[in-house]
Amino acid sequence: MRLSVIQKGLWGLTVIAVVGFVWLQISARGERSTDGPAFRADFELTDHNGMVQTDEYLAGRWMLVFFGFANCPDVCPTTLAEVAAVMDGLGSDATQVQPLFISIDPERDTPQALAEFIPYFDANIIGLTGTADQIERTSKTFRIYYEKIEEAASPDGYTMGHSSQLFLFDPQGGYVGAWTYGTPAEEILADLKARMSI
Amino acid sequence: MKSPVAAVAIALSIFLGLPISSFAGSQDIVVEDAWARASIGKNRPGAAYMTVRNTGTDPVTILSLETPLAMMPDIHRTTTDANGVSSMAPAGEITIAPGEAVSLEPGGLHAMLMRLETPMVEGESFSLTLTFDDGGTVTVDVPILGIAARGPEG
Repeated sequence: MRLSVIQKGLWGLTVIAVVGFVWLQISARGERSTDGPAFRADFELTDHNGMVQTDEYLAGRWMLVFFGFANCPDVCPTTLAEVAAVMDGLGSDATQVQPLFISIDPERDTPQALAEFIPYFDANIIGLTGTADQIERTSKTFRIYYEKIEEAASPDGYTMGHSSQLFLFDPQGGYVGAWTYGTPAEEILADLKARMSI
Repeated sequence: MKSPVAAVAIALSIFLGLPISSFAGSQDIVVEDAWARASIGKNRPGAAYMTVRNTGTDPVTILSLETPLAMMPDIHRTTTDANGVSSMAPAGEITIAPGEAVSLEPGGLHAMLMRLETPMVEGESFSLTLTFDDGGTVTVDVPILGIAARGPEG
C-alpha cells in the first residue's frame, strides 16, 4: 500500500494530536496535585478479626499504613516494631492514630494468619488482607508495588518484594507523606507530632 | 601415600607441632551482639542478627549456618531500591576482609531461620554455628528477645 502526500500529512497530524493529548493529561495531573492530596486511602479489606474494614469506617483518625506479609522475617517485623514504638511514644494521643498493616501475600495471609502475630505487637495495629483481586485493587489505589518472586530457597518456594515505606494519611484519608524503610521511630514520631500539631 | 612430598610435609608438620588442617582465619572470628526476635509458633521463618568480626590477617568466608532450632538456616539479604521496594534473596557466600566486620542487622543481612523445629520463645536462647571456608566453625549462643525488639538491647 502506498500513501499519498495528503494521507501521510494526516497521519502526521494524528500522531501530533495523540502526543499532545497525552502530554496535556500528564501535565494537568501534575497541576492538580498541587492543591489537595495526591490521592486518598481507598480500600475494602478484611481485618485480622474477620471484620470488613474500609477507609470510610476508619475515617476521623490519622492512618499509618504499611504493606508486608506474615512470612517476612526481617522488614515486616522491624516495621511493626518501629510502628509500635511510635504508637508508644504518642502516649494518650495514640487514640488519634490508626496503624494498618496490609498484606500483599493474600495466598498465605488469611485473617487468621494475621491474627496469629499482629496483636503481639500490642499497638492496636489492624492487620488487613483480602482476595488476590482486592489486594491488587488496593495496591493500585495506594500506588504501591508488589511482586511474587520465585525463590527455591524460601518457604513455599517464593518470597514477596513490596513497597516498604510507611505512609501517613490525614483524618479525611488524604495522603500526607511517607517515610522510607529504616527511618528511626524517634524521627517518625517527631515528624508525625509536627504534622498532627500535637 | 600419593606423594612423597606430602608425606614429608605431614611428617614435618606433626614434628613441628603445626596443625595439619590449619584453621587459619576462622579462629580469629569474633561474633558480637547476637540476638533474635521471638516467633509466634513455628510456621513462619524467624531471623537472627549479629556482627561477625574478622580480627585476623586473612580474609574469611562464611559458607553456611547450622542450628538445632531450624532445619533450613541461611543468610538472606534485604535490598530496598530507589522506589522503596524491598525484597529478599539468599546472600550467597559472605567474605570478611582482615580487620573488617559484617553486620547482620534489620533491613540488611539476616540469618533467616526457615522450618523452625520449635517456636522461638522470649527469654530463651539457641546455638547457631557458622562454618567458614577454612573448615573451621564458630558457635554462638543467640538470646531470643521480645517480638517487638529493635536491636540487641531489646
